[in-house]
Amino acid sequence: MAIWNEAKECMSRDEMSALQSARLKKIVNNVYHNVEFYRKKMQQCGIEPGDINGIEDLKNLPFTTKADLRDNYPFGLFAVPKSQIVRIHASSGTTGKSTVVGYTRKDIDTWCECVARCLTMAGLGKDDVIQVAYGYGLFTGGLGAHYGVEHLGATVVPMSTGNTKKLVNMMIDFGVTGLMCTPSYLMHIAEVIEEMGVRDQIKLRATLNGAEPWTEEMRRQVEEKLGIQAFDIYGLSEIMGPGVANDCIMHSGMHVFEDHFLPEIIDPNTCESLDDNVTGELVFTSLTKEGMPLLRYRTRDLTSLTHEPCECGRTTARLSRFKGRSDDMLIIRGVNVFPSQIEAALLSINGTTPNYQIIVDREGTLDSLQVRVEVEEKFFSDEIRELEKLTKQISHTIQQAIGLATQVKLVEPKTIERSDGKAKRVIDNRKFD
Amino acid sequence: MALKQLSVFLENREGRLEDLFNVFGENNIDIKSFSLAESTEYGVLRLIVSDPDKAKEALRNVDFSASLTDVIAVVLKGGFGSLQEVTDALPADLNIEYMYVLSTEAGHQSIVLKIKDIEKVEKVLIEKGFSLVD
Repeated sequence: MAIWNEAKECMSRDEMSALQSARLKKIVNNVYHNVEFYRKKMQQCGIEPGDINGIEDLKNLPFTTKADLRDNYPFGLFAVPKSQIVRIHASSGTTGKSTVVGYTRKDIDTWCECVARCLTMAGLGKDDVIQVAYGYGLFTGGLGAHYGVEHLGATVVPMSTGNTKKLVNMMIDFGVTGLMCTPSYLMHIAEVIEEMGVRDQIKLRATLNGAEPWTEEMRRQVEEKLGIQAFDIYGLSEIMGPGVANDCIMHSGMHVFEDHFLPEIIDPNTCESLDDNVTGELVFTSLTKEGMPLLRYRTRDLTSLTHEPCECGRTTARLSRFKGRSDDMLIIRGVNVFPSQIEAALLSINGTTPNYQIIVDREGTLDSLQVRVEVEEKFFSDEIRELEKLTKQISHTIQQAIGLATQVKLVEPKTIERSDGKAKRVIDNRKFD
Repeated sequence: MALKQLSVFLENREGRLEDLFNVFGENNIDIKSFSLAESTEYGVLRLIVSDPDKAKEALRNVDFSASLTDVIAVVLKGGFGSLQEVTDALPADLNIEYMYVLSTEAGHQSIVLKIKDIEKVEKVLIEKGFSLVD
């Protein structure tokens, strides 16, 4: 298996720490002098750039949150003059103002390099034809993946999202071997391939899927269905976009490109750093970013880290599968519930695909939990008895997983509200004020 | 010989039945008979229609959950009073999952049966002199 940048991806831990320390010192110095927000924050914490001597001092630096990005909308956190910014991306901003990120030419080069590393991890190379089926536009997915594929030297087919039949037809006609899209879109594409009966005409080998979480079971299911290898790609626009981390052929965690992004795991409540293999909130510090470098950016994603070398030969730290988000954890009747637990429970029931919605409500003083599940054809039965059996089975499986009684409601396909192609997973109707 | 029944999942929501009939109207699907089984929150509509494959495709295109189920339709020469002859003729170990009326036309009264092991049942009924609708 090829490695795109062996020098960086297979460094010894000592070399990596030294490189990270040198880069951290430089970036702290940069933001202190060029970003007013960070200068003030560091002064409030009583630290100066000279106090940071290496990654062991990371814990003394202030955190950055999404709210900080919004407060400094649009360009307040940029560390270079606007003349050096060559591209802007922005988040959808469903809960308020968009968050805006800017890239210099070198930042775009770094991004291309990282995506090329991801594609190489997935066994793709310059001879491959790769469809990018992320949305093109302000969202980092489309363009980020696109230029990475070009940098790799492969052929990119900029599909964007939408016409799935056309995507499948082109997949056949162009001999497409790689595909980058969200997990839920991949599942949909797999269904369309099945419906069209063209499974034996596709040459697809590997897919890179990110921008929304999925479970290991979903990943395996789709691999089996299409006879491919599906890889997790991770990224967030605040740090770069897709390509911050990616899983390799061993599928034992996503390798973080640590020479560019310094990861740490903290307890989301106390903000204390946590050890390897302990689940907490993932935090990133930019090490090379010019346009908008961030110190200790709180991703809200819950995962754990390991620094053990991987059997694939890479030595970079690996992220475990995401356990959820620290901000979408629900507390229902005092029990911590992550939507991902319910999703995993649903998937363990044969034939159930994960189109579901969790509705939390409060009747009097008691929280109630309802899970709506779209009845897709594959498990629809003409007998009420069978449907009732399915309802009970789902309810039981969820209760096993989270320890709470759950009311399950079967609903018609496509009735669960979607925004930007992502199903709205949780509706919390409780009033806390 | 088995008849294809169209089965549709319906949430108990206002206007869903109307939506369904609109789809049939637009696609020139004739309903020959139907039965609606309901629970508190949803129902399953079972229909015998002029073109079940086309009906299913049309419903799927507008996001209904629909499937085709094999059922048996038996003519009751002696009218509905002779229903017992059918139950008597069926193998004792096979349960009728559900049944409904297909036609009440005099001399051609007939019923739809959902039962397991359709091939065996068809053979038995034909042997005993019943005629089946296909």
